[in-house]
Amino acid sequence: MLLSGSEIVMECLLREGVDVIFGYPGGAILPTYDAMTRYPQIHHVLVRHEQGATHMADGYARATGRVGVCIATSGPGATNLVTGLATAMMDSVPIVAITGQVPRAAIGTDAFQETDVTGVTIPVTKHNYLVSDIHELAYCIKEAFFIARTGRPGPVLIDIPKDVQNEKIEFVYPEEEIRLPGYRPPTAANESDVFAARDLINQAKRPIILAGHGIMMSGAVQELRELSERAQIPVTLTLLGKGAMPEDHPLCVGMMGMHGNAASNHAIQEADLIIALGMRFDDRVTGNLKTYAVNAKKIHIDIDPSELNKNVKVDVGIGGDLQTVLKQILPGVEGNTHQEWVNQIRDWQEDSNERDILYNYDGDKLLAAQVINDLWRYTDGEAVTVTDVGQHQMIEAQYYPHRRPATMLTSGGLGTMGFGFPAAIGAKFGRPDEPVWAIVGDGGFQMTMCEMATAMQENVGVKIAIINNGFLGMVRQWQEFFYEERYQSTPMLSPDFCKLAEAFGMPSMRVTERSQIEEAVNFANSYEGPVLIEFVVEKEEVVYPMVPAGADLDKMIRRPKKGEQ
Amino acid sequence: MPNSISKQVVVALVENKPGVLNRVASMFRRRNYNVDSLTVGRTHKGHVSRMTIVVDVARTDVKQIVANLYKLVNVIDVKALTGEPHISRDLALIKVRTDDVDSRNTVTEVCERYPARIVDIGTKYAIIEIAAQEDLVEHLIDELRPIGIVELVRTGVVAMGRGVRILDTDYEPVNHHVTASDLERYGV
Repeated sequence: MLLSGSEIVMECLLREGVDVIFGYPGGAILPTYDAMTRYPQIHHVLVRHEQGATHMADGYARATGRVGVCIATSGPGATNLVTGLATAMMDSVPIVAITGQVPRAAIGTDAFQETDVTGVTIPVTKHNYLVSDIHELAYCIKEAFFIARTGRPGPVLIDIPKDVQNEKIEFVYPEEEIRLPGYRPPTAANESDVFAARDLINQAKRPIILAGHGIMMSGAVQELRELSERAQIPVTLTLLGKGAMPEDHPLCVGMMGMHGNAASNHAIQEADLIIALGMRFDDRVTGNLKTYAVNAKKIHIDIDPSELNKNVKVDVGIGGDLQTVLKQILPGVEGNTHQEWVNQIRDWQEDSNERDILYNYDGDKLLAAQVINDLWRYTDGEAVTVTDVGQHQMIEAQYYPHRRPATMLTSGGLGTMGFGFPAAIGAKFGRPDEPVWAIVGDGGFQMTMCEMATAMQENVGVKIAIINNGFLGMVRQWQEFFYEERYQSTPMLSPDFCKLAEAFGMPSMRVTERSQIEEAVNFANSYEGPVLIEFVVEKEEVVYPMVPAGADLDKMIRRPKKGEQ
Repeated sequence: MPNSISKQVVVALVENKPGVLNRVASMFRRRNYNVDSLTVGRTHKGHVSRMTIVVDVARTDVKQIVANLYKLVNVIDVKALTGEPHISRDLALIKVRTDDVDSRNTVTEVCERYPARIVDIGTKYAIIEIAAQEDLVEHLIDELRPIGIVELVRTGVVAMGRGVRILDTDYEPVNHHVTASDLERYGV
């Protein structure tokens, strides 16, 4: 079959099972857009900015576990992908980005809309390709999908010159297996490491599991639960680990880290064994490394061997697939109760409850914590929530307990403002039958709110909850704590979001009282398409607890108990 | 010097493809690893190149560097050589001023004490070549300095472990070009 390069692209996407791609056309990618007309099986979503395309592909991938695909033209189209690629890279999300490039003869001549996009994206992709020979195109695409989804997943970019898209060859899909001499992600652990890990687990008096994103990516949710329940080991979650263990499970202590549950942080510091599973000891979860969990022996299991001993030195470091390795370790793990330890953690938890703003706030302003907690209540805790970055993100993590894997999607590693709304659109494409809520701040939403037009054009049923406090709230909080309340450039004037929604033809509602929240959720659910709800909340709410950057993990700034103020 | 405590010699086999050197260099820069020298050249297999990288590991564990190198898709195999028996060589060409009898005699005399030779000599300048361990090269340079070095070039260290073959070169690249027999096989 004689096919053009652009048709080969579409053929390969079909064989990868792709049914939706997010993108924006332009000169250098036009042949591929033309080929799309002959492949109606693949739905193209026209975004309003290429960054939105990457976040949509990212949200789709996080929601489904499949590879998300985005597409853009050369030059500015390609450079606009960079933030989204970096976001996916930091959070190990499999996406494939396809970019047009100027024709081969023009490469290196500073041609119109030419950028060295493979050069630009080397540090923010797992791998990338400049396809200079059409015979390699199909294999490159197959390899790209393989690399994106295997091992530690990540974004892969394929840059295709326009003349390669136009060239025609006799097409034969490369059915043979991918052979990459330098790409061998680890799978199982060796016996001695398995024994060593098991011994540490069986001997521990105060063990705690640190569960991260890797639990869900390797499909080890059951194994985690078995380990935790059999030996009664409490589980604390990273931000991206939310959903790895149901948060209403008696052994789940909630999130750890800078704005984590105080009980989790105390437990980590007091533990005699840390079992770190599919997480990478980010500075936001460790605080000061010198004082981090000094009492604990440490087991670290991660698919990426370069994560072992990177930030925290461990006693047993296993590079391997989490599910495989846990299955190796589990058979020798003895039952235990750790009663004293579990009780100790419950006491810390009790102390946290006494400080909870939901139970000791006397004011009449609407609080972000109330909004999120009521959203949880009125969505039965079953919605897929996609957050932006900032205070609302941390409040979501604290007040919307998740029960199922991949129901809380957020930019953790890169902390990309503007991620939430487009990622929610992508997530809704991936899981059309589930309620998807974009929970965003007034600041982050304005970074990518142009995608409201995309949501309308596609009639994609994302519900937008803007937590509007008129500030860049998290930055304001740092200014309050560490810059003597000098609020430089954090007060923020926003448009009338409801009128804005109206301009896009999107139904909307403004909520200023807690009593309206249930009605707002019902209002949002009464439409099939996108709906915007603006929650006008207390301006100067603070997220507690807080471990100041670089401080010891248990030296948290706490919210005073009632009557202690 | 490669054998001092904070320097490590790492060798890597990489796919001989455009941009691979860039990926390796980019990783070192991004991870804030300090490269002393990096050499790259083809091996006896056309599709495999070999790098020798001398890194300063004062701030980083060499295991981290090896793991991060190995993580690059185009890197086939990696090994840290320091601590294992190995041969290492640094090649230098050193141009010195030899415009009087004294300096010519000194250069000749110095070179006799090193695995070095004079490869070009004129009325004003001589070029000395040395291929030796890095510390010997350093010493020679120090001795020649008073005579007057006018130009100097070094290749950087190349190294190889002693004994059995340690790096995996057993792979053949995928041929992407479809042949007539392929077409037949796929029934086209």
